[in-house]
Amino acid sequence: MPAAVEVEGLVKRYGTLAAVDGIRFEVAPGTVFAFLGPNGAGKTTTVEILEGLRRATDGRVRVLGLDPWTDGGEVHRRIGVIPQDFRFFEKITAKEAIEYYRALFGTRVDPWELLARVELTDKANARFDTLSGGQKQKLGLALSLTNQPEICFLDEPTTGLDPHARRAIWSVIRSLRREGRTVFLTTHYLEEAQLLADHVAIIHHGRIIASGTPEAIIREHGRAPRLRVQAPAALAERLHQELGVEARSDGRSIVVDLADKHDALRVLSAIDHSGLPWDSVATEEDTLEDVFVRLVGRMDDGALHQETPP
Amino acid sequence: MNLRRIGADFTIVFRSYARNPVALFFSLIFPIILIGLFGLIFSAAGSTSTTIYVVNDDHGSEPSHAFLAALNETKVVSVQLVQVNASDLASWLGKNDKPVGLVIPDGFGAAYDSNASVNVTIYTDPLDAADSGAALGAVQEVVNEFNLGHIQSTCGGGAGCKPVVGVSTALVGSPVYRYIDYLIPGLVGFSILTSPMFSLVDVSSSYRKEGIFRELSLTPLTRSEWLTSRVLWYVGLTFVSAGIMIGAGVFLFGAHVTLTLGVLPFLVVGPFFFVSLGMLCGSVARTPESAALIGNIVTFPMMFLSGTFFSVSSFPPTLQAFAHILPLYYVIDGMNQVMLFSNTGRALTDLAVVAIGAIVVFVLAVRLFRWRDE
Repeated sequence: MPAAVEVEGLVKRYGTLAAVDGIRFEVAPGTVFAFLGPNGAGKTTTVEILEGLRRATDGRVRVLGLDPWTDGGEVHRRIGVIPQDFRFFEKITAKEAIEYYRALFGTRVDPWELLARVELTDKANARFDTLSGGQKQKLGLALSLTNQPEICFLDEPTTGLDPHARRAIWSVIRSLRREGRTVFLTTHYLEEAQLLADHVAIIHHGRIIASGTPEAIIREHGRAPRLRVQAPAALAERLHQELGVEARSDGRSIVVDLADKHDALRVLSAIDHSGLPWDSVATEEDTLEDVFVRLVGRMDDGALHQETPP
Repeated sequence: MNLRRIGADFTIVFRSYARNPVALFFSLIFPIILIGLFGLIFSAAGSTSTTIYVVNDDHGSEPSHAFLAALNETKVVSVQLVQVNASDLASWLGKNDKPVGLVIPDGFGAAYDSNASVNVTIYTDPLDAADSGAALGAVQEVVNEFNLGHIQSTCGGGAGCKPVVGVSTALVGSPVYRYIDYLIPGLVGFSILTSPMFSLVDVSSSYRKEGIFRELSLTPLTRSEWLTSRVLWYVGLTFVSAGIMIGAGVFLFGAHVTLTLGVLPFLVVGPFFFVSLGMLCGSVARTPESAALIGNIVTFPMMFLSGTFFSVSSFPPTLQAFAHILPLYYVIDGMNQVMLFSNTGRALTDLAVVAIGAIVVFVLAVRLFRWRDE
């Protein structure tokens, strides 16, 4: 099965500034792909090139096997998009908006079904300018589904939304994946990406600095798992001497790096035999967010410049 | 062009408009207020005596002298005899910038004495509504007086007696018009210009800024379909507002205009032109602020110099020449031709100018209006 999205050597320059600087990635059909990066990293530029809204300066882009710039019409029939900060005609109701899109695309979706899907049934007859931020975004999502798209591009769909609305949008994304549709998600909520995405790519300063499943990225770029024990600093010293593990105290508790799962048992047993007072024990692992912050931070310090692909 | 999409977009425009009371007020009610306001201002102006320039072709007759004396007696007009041919009076008045003239035909006295019908002809200038109205009123009054005198004394009040003196009105080969008559096509033109221009300039730039064009560009709706549905909406709106304005003008303010289907083509090509022009202005601007500025620069000269409130023929020559490059001039002139002068030939020329212009501006607007950046 060919990739839903293929990007090879993509460059977008505004004057001398390279907003996107030679990136490559592929999105497998039927998966959720999360495209992450700090503000100004080149996320939206990339997405808009994929949607055929901007023209690439250089490189090869294929969406459903088509060039989105030259075959925009065909691509637009087969993709759905909700932009960041979705806006619509103020005096038009949610249901009318869906009917409008349905007529534009010439599809036969049932507006009520779509409204139910995004949990907006009770606002069917509310005008757009009376909807809350979350409701507007849900309507945007419903509109992006009127043409039953093969790929949905969701550009920061949950930014600024309350937890309830966010969860509603998450559940739609999951259902899209179940239906075999591809979802291209940009977000700066790392938790969201970790929860939803099959594959994650992190872009920074126009380059991709990490790519893979969330777990693989954490494994590759994250720190080792750690054991946190409430105990005096002396215990850290003792563990380092006895077992040779990295252990340090931050005053209230000590943190011990674990090379693998057997380490945990050895460390716990040594603690037990130390005779020193200790209390609650917890394991800690890096989240995608920890990795993201570290990667972006390190790159900004210049440390990662050597690691970026040529 | 896909009719289903145009229809869907038209519905959106219609609903947006119908749910915006301010926009509806400005499109439908405001022009009527303007008619009333301008009609009032210009018909109330001037109460001093008006000089009426008279050619008396019935030199020696007693009744003609009596008629002119009676006219002077009204104090509304003062009679001034001029020595030109009756047939040249209209052009003489025009050349000398005199608003009203009167011709008493040869045989006026004889007809009066012999109970035969005779008409005096009054020439008026519709641009000078005050003087023309005053003179017309005075002449009418004297004619009535004369007819009454004729029936009661000269004729003896018998059954065969009838009013003998009539009034013909003339204006260089056409009937008399009052200011309000000119005001109707002028204000219909005014709303054909302003409604779509102000709205499209605003919409084109703000939809781009808000990203609505970006969203529409991701649907199969094309730019020409989008613009077409706007054109259709404003044509419909113009039909309604022109209907209201003409109706109010005729029934509330007593305007005399020819109610002819010949005006309809102008109600189609006019909005077609100005919807496209508004879109063009909004498209060449980078921000809503500069769009509004460009829109105003284009709109304001047309609002006043195209024959909306004042006839172009009353302008000094340079301003007249300027008016002839304004598209709205041709819309209003064309409507004047069909509604007032029944001059189909000139109306067709005007129509052709506007129609060709509209096509050119429409194509330019569709070309230049981008809903995605390079």
